[in-house]
Amino acid sequence: MTVTAHSPAGGPERPGGPDRPGRPETSGRPATRVLRGPAGTSLRVEPRALTAGLVLAAAAAVAAVVLVGTGDFEIAPWDVVQTLLGNGTPANDFIVNDLRLPRVLVALLVGAALGMAGGVFQAVSRNPLGSPDLLGFGYGSAVGALAVIILFKGDANQVALGAVLGGLLTGLAIYALAYKQGIHGYRLVLVGIGASAVLVALIQYLLTKAQVVEATRALVWLTGSLAGRDWAQVWPLLVTCGVLFPLVLSQGRALRMMEMGDDAAYALGVRVERTRFLLMLAAVLLTTAAAAAAGPITFVALAAPQLARRLTRSPGSNLLSAALMGAVLLLVSDWASQRAFGSDQLPVGVVTGLVGGVYLLWLLVTERKAGRI
Amino acid sequence: MQRLTAQNVTLAYEQRVIAENLSVEIPDHSFTVIVGPNACGKSTLLRALSRMLKPAAGQVLLDGQAIGSLPAKQVARTLGLLPQSSTAPDGITVADLVARGRYPHQGLLRQWSAQDERIVAESMASTGVAELADRAVDELSGGQRQRVWIAMALAQQTPLLLLDEPTTYLDIQHQLDVLDLCAELHEEQGRTLVAVLHDLNHAARYATHLIAMRGGTVVAEGPPAEVVTAELVERVFGLKCQVIDDPETGTPLVVPATRQARAKASAPAAAV
Repeated sequence: MTVTAHSPAGGPERPGGPDRPGRPETSGRPATRVLRGPAGTSLRVEPRALTAGLVLAAAAAVAAVVLVGTGDFEIAPWDVVQTLLGNGTPANDFIVNDLRLPRVLVALLVGAALGMAGGVFQAVSRNPLGSPDLLGFGYGSAVGALAVIILFKGDANQVALGAVLGGLLTGLAIYALAYKQGIHGYRLVLVGIGASAVLVALIQYLLTKAQVVEATRALVWLTGSLAGRDWAQVWPLLVTCGVLFPLVLSQGRALRMMEMGDDAAYALGVRVERTRFLLMLAAVLLTTAAAAAAGPITFVALAAPQLARRLTRSPGSNLLSAALMGAVLLLVSDWASQRAFGSDQLPVGVVTGLVGGVYLLWLLVTERKAGRI
Repeated sequence: MQRLTAQNVTLAYEQRVIAENLSVEIPDHSFTVIVGPNACGKSTLLRALSRMLKPAAGQVLLDGQAIGSLPAKQVARTLGLLPQSSTAPDGITVADLVARGRYPHQGLLRQWSAQDERIVAESMASTGVAELADRAVDELSGGQRQRVWIAMALAQQTPLLLLDEPTTYLDIQHQLDVLDLCAELHEEQGRTLVAVLHDLNHAARYATHLIAMRGGTVVAEGPPAEVVTAELVERVFGLKCQVIDDPETGTPLVVPATRQARAKASAPAAAV
């Protein structure tokens, strides 16, 4: 593979290049690079986005190892790595592979799924507030799960199924309601907020119908928790992510075209409505799969894409970085939920909710300063 | 048979019918301008020609085939569109935005060829935005921004290019810049251009083929010198005027009648 600097304006003699005096350097962003492979294949890569992606992946790995070592029985990171490689003591092996690894993998996958889903929804609605949390998909899953807990007293698997169905139905309903000669971001957000209000009312109603035992179970589910997750939660999540991540990423370029408006994307040969439906469906499935595994975890889908964007400084959506950022955020939140509040172990949803509120305020303030709202 | 035609199309938004049984042929290698009063259906026609709007009846043909049945990317390599409004993603540079015009020529494994590079450079050079390559699009003036969007459409390298009100919101100097650019693209590169314009005098000066619409029908079409007459302007726009020869170019120039004359002319009509 050869690497060439990409400068669409032409070679180094490009007028107005960074070396030309008297012109303010505005972007400060390094040029896009092109990787060329055999048979005329080529990939566009933004070095800063690539570095950010690698850093995030490394951070996720480190956070995962630290998290595996965290708990009543502390295990040093190096021992965790050894145990994961199959060289650990039997005791460590049991604690790491049977007890803690599933929980950490669920955190990793849920975080990544939420990050990617948030990236998709924010791009589709062209609105930083267009996250599955605020559009009502999380509430849809909650209604599904609570219905199973309270009305049918179902087991954990049935609750997960209820969450998936609830989220999916909500997704389809919102899509249908927001559809008018295509989906428009503003309408999607408005319909989503309306749907959220209805769904929250449904949640309250279900809670009033609940007996004490079910109500407690429902409240624990509603907070979003990673405690006690085992391999039974990991596999379905892994399969869902394994199918949907490549699907979503393959549409990433089309999604970037759609940021310029439907007409512009259409003119460039993107089948806008089809792409948008596919992406929204994938994002809803990712959100509901995450909710089924860990309950409604707020803030990750909202914040991860924005933070990833500020890190990569790449214009528009960057779905892979958003997913990695989501994984890092949830792993760190889970660690904080276990360690940062003394002996009280908080459900991870409380931590992400707290941080999310602060983040949302910050976002509103910066957007207002930038004159966008 | 011309490359781009609309045959007996009915154009409607939901239940609201804009035009019925409308047939239009875009002459190859022409600079066609569609004119008409507000709500006459000219932008709607352009949307149909660019497959943004699916006709309720009839069809739009590109090279003899129904445009809606062709693969989206294939159409995008033949026919480009400059929409009325597009949003530049926050912080994107001019070069990166123009580069997006290459999308229909690329694939997942073929994201950037040497040809892409060359064409993007040429597109920026011919629209005069090469020196802005590294600037963020959101910092540019309206006229500069419009040239960047045109550069993006050029980078698409389509023999047919449709422009929806490309001069709106620009001052007179920048309007002429954009129209000069269109004329160059038409004359030097032999592209077929179709534009919707509001200013009849601009249309008369720059178009090689004029389509005048009113109420969803084509009232007249042909070379501006034949189409733009006082009688037609009154019929299409309801404007009493004189048409004189443009002292600069010899093309028709519309000079509206005085307020009093127009008030007198429209008084009986208003009474009906």
